[in-house]
Amino acid sequence: MAYQIVEGCVNCWACEPLCPSQAIVAAKPHFLIDAAKCTECVGDHAEPQCAGICPVEGVILDSLGVPLNPPGSLTGIPPARLAAAMAEIQAR
Amino acid sequence: MELKVIEPGTGAAAAGGCASSGCGGSSDALAHLPEHIRAKVHNHPCYSEEAHHHYARMHVAVAPACNIQCHYCNRKYDCANESRPGVVSEVLTPNQAVKKVIAVAANIPQMTVLGIAGPGDPLANPGRTLDTFRQLSEKAPDIKLCVSTNGLALPDVVDELCAHNIDHVTITINCVDPDVGVKIYPWIFWKGRRVKGRKGVAILIEQQQKGLEMLVARGVLVKVNSVLIPGVNDEHLKEVSRVVKAKGAFLHNVMPLIAEPEHGTFYGVMGQRGPTHEELQTLQDACAGDMNMMRHCRQCRADAVGMLGEDRGHEFTLDKIETMEIDYAQAMEHRREVHATIEANREAQRKKSGETFISIASIKRAKKETRPVLMAVATTGGGVINQHFGHAREFLIYEANATDVRFIGVRKVDLYCAGGDTCGEAETALAKTIRTLSGCEAVLCSKIGYEPWGQLEAAGITPNGEHALEPIEEAVAALYHELAAAGRLEQPAPAAARMCA
Repeated sequence: MAYQIVEGCVNCWACEPLCPSQAIVAAKPHFLIDAAKCTECVGDHAEPQCAGICPVEGVILDSLGVPLNPPGSLTGIPPARLAAAMAEIQAR
Repeated sequence: MELKVIEPGTGAAAAGGCASSGCGGSSDALAHLPEHIRAKVHNHPCYSEEAHHHYARMHVAVAPACNIQCHYCNRKYDCANESRPGVVSEVLTPNQAVKKVIAVAANIPQMTVLGIAGPGDPLANPGRTLDTFRQLSEKAPDIKLCVSTNGLALPDVVDELCAHNIDHVTITINCVDPDVGVKIYPWIFWKGRRVKGRKGVAILIEQQQKGLEMLVARGVLVKVNSVLIPGVNDEHLKEVSRVVKAKGAFLHNVMPLIAEPEHGTFYGVMGQRGPTHEELQTLQDACAGDMNMMRHCRQCRADAVGMLGEDRGHEFTLDKIETMEIDYAQAMEHRREVHATIEANREAQRKKSGETFISIASIKRAKKETRPVLMAVATTGGGVINQHFGHAREFLIYEANATDVRFIGVRKVDLYCAGGDTCGEAETALAKTIRTLSGCEAVLCSKIGYEPWGQLEAAGITPNGEHALEPIEEAVAALYHELAAAGRLEQPAPAAARMCA
């Protein structure tokens, strides 16, 4: 049971100090989660901290490979509404 | 007729001062502030327009993490070619940062201010930020320490900031209404959870306002930064200005949104536009009735080094500072001497400008009403016209009228990217510069080549190299006088200039 950080991570450091298990490593080309240490925050926090603060969609996956922050979840704009939102913003 | 030039409303505090920017009459927004505040910002380039001609600042990038998302920010901040907030080349540890500050202070003695501004939120990295401040307040007591924050974590660390002698804090406040904020902030990270939408924005606003009140109550100078986002918070920023002034912020800095698709920000990718020079100036003028406005901000990188608008960071990379041997006690002595020389120069310029203002004010008695004119100035610092037109990467914009010269703002030729031809359409450098000067009727520089001279004239902008090495305001006033004497100001502004003059 462990999360993983995948390509797309921008190395912003936000997750690293929050991890209750010190499982996050400042690796190159992007940060990584030490699977042996990650507890998915169970027992420490109601929500996984790394995924809670990560600013990029789709770069932290659960043990099944499913993104914890799927497309549209952080911008607040579901992919289906993207074109409409863009038109609205460009009219400003 | 009284010839002393003092703007209406500058009040008694200005009356005893001089007529140049910085302490008395015309363009410095801080002129009417109480003496103890003016003393605090006297040599602070980011807080005093007049000081920024003479003193330098630096930022150290010790604070990478952020606790909110702003739609104008891309959290991927590593780019050497870009100059804008949130961008840095390398994140430093507090020990590395302290070493860098000492190296810069010794080599650029006019550097008076150290700020921590990111590339994330300094207060979302409290350990790293406060450790840097603690070490510096011991090792380099002659450097002013400042911090810039989104405000979310501010109330929790106000007392610690005060303990480290941080007496300048900048809070970025883009809204005081959550309904406006939802278009700017998609989420915040609060008490171990991501809070999305309006609920998150409401918490952010509450924390910002609480932090502002706490700082003011403790006597800390607070500047408020706002990003002007057309169609989102443009009208609303007038309300922001009123609110933060009422709570005791002493300066409001409205900055234009930077949003280009290649930056990868939400706004950039979605096609949100930034404001025009005219929109920015109009809003700053509208807010100015309520609040001191800052207009010389260069929106620097979170690791910028040098005078505003200049970045000498490449001279102080980690491998370079590693080899520098610095005796800071000796450096501090040298810095004191350099600052004394700068102050003597400022004093001399003030006296000189005062004389010019008297002569320019006398034009007021001429029969004809003359209209105000925008002029661009090329300078490398020192408060004088001393830069070749072709070398200028930015221009200071002044508005002159029959009685006054007023600083309006700064326009960068390459506002967003210094990466060269790869980033934009194939516009020539000269065409780009001329477009940057839209609305201006003259440009003052130390020298100018034959080709740009002709193209500037064709664009309705009078090039002028006659006032090289003169103090800026004196030269602007003199050129205004020359244009008036030539009858140029009795005609309406050329079409291109009319929109913002």
